[in-house]
Amino acid sequence: MSGRRTDQADDMILETEGLTIAFGGHVAVQEVSLKVERNRFKSIIGPNGAGKTTLFNLLSGQLRPTAGYVRFKGKDITPLAPFQRTRLGMGRSFQITNVFPNLTVLENVRLAVQSQQGVRLNWYASAKAYRRFEEEAKHWLDMVLLGNRIGVMANYLAHGEKRKLELAMLLALQPDLLLLDEPTAGISIEEVPAILEVIRKVKEAGNRTIVLIEHKMDMVLDLSDSIAVLFNGKLLADGRPEDIMNNETVQAAYLGGLYDDAVASAGD
Amino acid sequence: MSGMRTSKIGTIWFVIFVAGLAALPFINDSRSFLILMTQICIFAVFAMSYDILLGFTGIVSFGHCMFFGIGAYTSGVMLDRLDASIGTLLLSVLVGVLLSALLSYIVGMLSLRLKSHFYAMLTLAFSGLLLVLAEKWRSLTNGNDGFTFPIPSVMKDRTVLYFTALAVMVVMFLLLRRFTQSPVGRVLLAIRENEQRTESLGYEIVHYKVFATVVAGMAASISGSLYVLTLRFVNTTVFGMDMTLNALLMTIIGGVGTLFGAIIGASIIEWAHHGLSELAKFHPIFERWIIFFGLLYIVVVLLFPAGIVGTLRLWWLKRRGRRLEQSLQADSNAIRKEGAG
Repeated sequence: MSGRRTDQADDMILETEGLTIAFGGHVAVQEVSLKVERNRFKSIIGPNGAGKTTLFNLLSGQLRPTAGYVRFKGKDITPLAPFQRTRLGMGRSFQITNVFPNLTVLENVRLAVQSQQGVRLNWYASAKAYRRFEEEAKHWLDMVLLGNRIGVMANYLAHGEKRKLELAMLLALQPDLLLLDEPTAGISIEEVPAILEVIRKVKEAGNRTIVLIEHKMDMVLDLSDSIAVLFNGKLLADGRPEDIMNNETVQAAYLGGLYDDAVASAGD
Repeated sequence: MSGMRTSKIGTIWFVIFVAGLAALPFINDSRSFLILMTQICIFAVFAMSYDILLGFTGIVSFGHCMFFGIGAYTSGVMLDRLDASIGTLLLSVLVGVLLSALLSYIVGMLSLRLKSHFYAMLTLAFSGLLLVLAEKWRSLTNGNDGFTFPIPSVMKDRTVLYFTALAVMVVMFLLLRRFTQSPVGRVLLAIRENEQRTESLGYEIVHYKVFATVVAGMAASISGSLYVLTLRFVNTTVFGMDMTLNALLMTIIGGVGTLFGAIIGASIIEWAHHGLSELAKFHPIFERWIIFFGLLYIVVVLLFPAGIVGTLRLWWLKRRGRRLEQSLQADSNAIRKEGAG
C-alpha cells in the first residue's frame, strides 16, 4: 500500500456520524459512521439490500436522514439540497441509468460542463457562444470511449453506453469527491477493463477522492485504499482491503451468505 | 459543421416564410382574410408562450389565460380611461407585461417547489379568481358585458394591424428562440427530460422553472394586449378556460418543444375555427366546432404524439442520424483497412 500516513488521519473529506434513515418501520441505514480520507479510494461493498445506494442518496442529498449528520470538507452539509452539494464539489453517478433521454449525448455532458463552469443564469447569450463547453464535453466523452456517439439521442444508446455517458457527466463536473454507484453494472465484460481504466486514471491523478459502491469484491480489491462493508444497513467493518478479506465477521456475514455467488463468479 | 448548415437552411426558410406572410395583404386583401391572419399571428404568440412551459420546461398550466387576460384588460382599460394614442398603447403593453411577470413570479414561487401538478392547480385557481374579479369589478371592467374602447387611429387600418401582429409574432419568435437556446434554455430542456438529474448537476431547479413561467407570462400578456386591440372590445372571455385550451391544442398539434410548431398549430386551429363557422350555414353541427377540435386532438395524440413540426423534425433527425452513422461506419471501415494493410 502506498504511503498511508497517520498524520493525515484528520484530513477527512467526508464524514458521517450516526447516519440513520428509516422508511416507516424499516431502517434502511442504521447509525453509519464513515470516514473518507481526502484523495483516497474507498469502496463500499455489501449484498443486495444492504443499504449501499440509500447511503449514497443520503450523502448526495437525494434523501434526508432521520438522524445523524454528513460532514463534507469539514462543513455540516446535512440540510443542503443536492445542487448545493454539487456546487461544493461532490458529484455522483447513479446505479439506475439517469441521463437526459431526448437530448444528444454531447448535450448531456455539455450541461455538466456548463454547470461546472458556473454559467447558470445566462438567458440572453446563445449557447453556441460557448463552443469551448462542447469541446470540453467531447474530451470527456472521448475519455469514456463514447466519442463516436456524440450526435445520438441518449435514449438510443445501449445500456452499457448509457453507463459510460453517466460516468462522462460525472467526470465533466470535475468534483473533488466522486460517488460512483456500481459504474460497471450492465457494461459488457469486454468493456469493463476500459471503464476501470478510466476510474484508475482519475485515482492516479491523485487529486480526487472516490467512493465506489460495488457488488463484486474482486473488482475493487486492487483499486481500493480502504473498503467498508455494509450489511443490513449497518457498517460491519471498515479497513484496508487485506484486513477486510481476513475479517471473520465479514466472511461470515457477507462472503458466507454469498459464498455460492462468489464461487460462481470466480469460476468464469 | 452540419449543424451550422442546417440552421442556415432553417434561417432561409424562415425568411421566405415571413416574406410570404408579409406579401399576403397584397395578394388577397379581403377583410375577413386579413382579420383571420391577424388572429393567427396573435394566437401564435400565445401558443409559443405556452410552449415555453409545456414543451421546453415540462410544466403544465391550466390557467395560462390569466396572463393573456391581464394583457387584454390592461390595454383595454388604459386605452379607454387615458387616451387612445400609440404611447398609451405601448405603455399599456408594458404595464400588462410587468403585472404578468409579477403574478407569474408569485404563483411560481408558491407552487414550483412542489410537485408539478401543484402549479397546474394553482394556475387554475388563480385564473378562476381573475375571472371572478373581472366579473365583479364592474366599475373597471363592466362585468360580463365588457366594454368597447377607442384605439389609436393608425391601428384602425386592418393592414397596419396585420403588419403589427406579424412583426410582433416574428420578434417574439426570435426572442423566445434565443431564450430557448441560451444556457438557461438548455437547462430548461434538461429539467423537462430529468429533473432530479438536472439538480444533481448543480442547477437549482426552482429558479429555472420560475424563470420559464415569468417569460411565458410576459409573452402571453403581449398577445392578450394585441388581441383586444383587434376587437376594440374586451370582456371576461379572455379569462375563460377556452383560451387556455386553445393554447394547449395549438401547442400539441403543432408539436411541443418547437416554437415554430406553435405557429403552425395556431394557424390550423384558427383556420379550422373560421372554416367550421362558415360550414355552419350548411349544418348546425359545425356550430359545435369544439367537437371537431376534440376529434383532431385525439387523432394527433394517437398518430403524431410529437405534433406536426415535431414529427417532421424527428423524421429529419433520423435521416441525418442514419447518414452520420453510415459515414462513421465508412470511417471505421477505412481505419480498419489501413490497420490491416
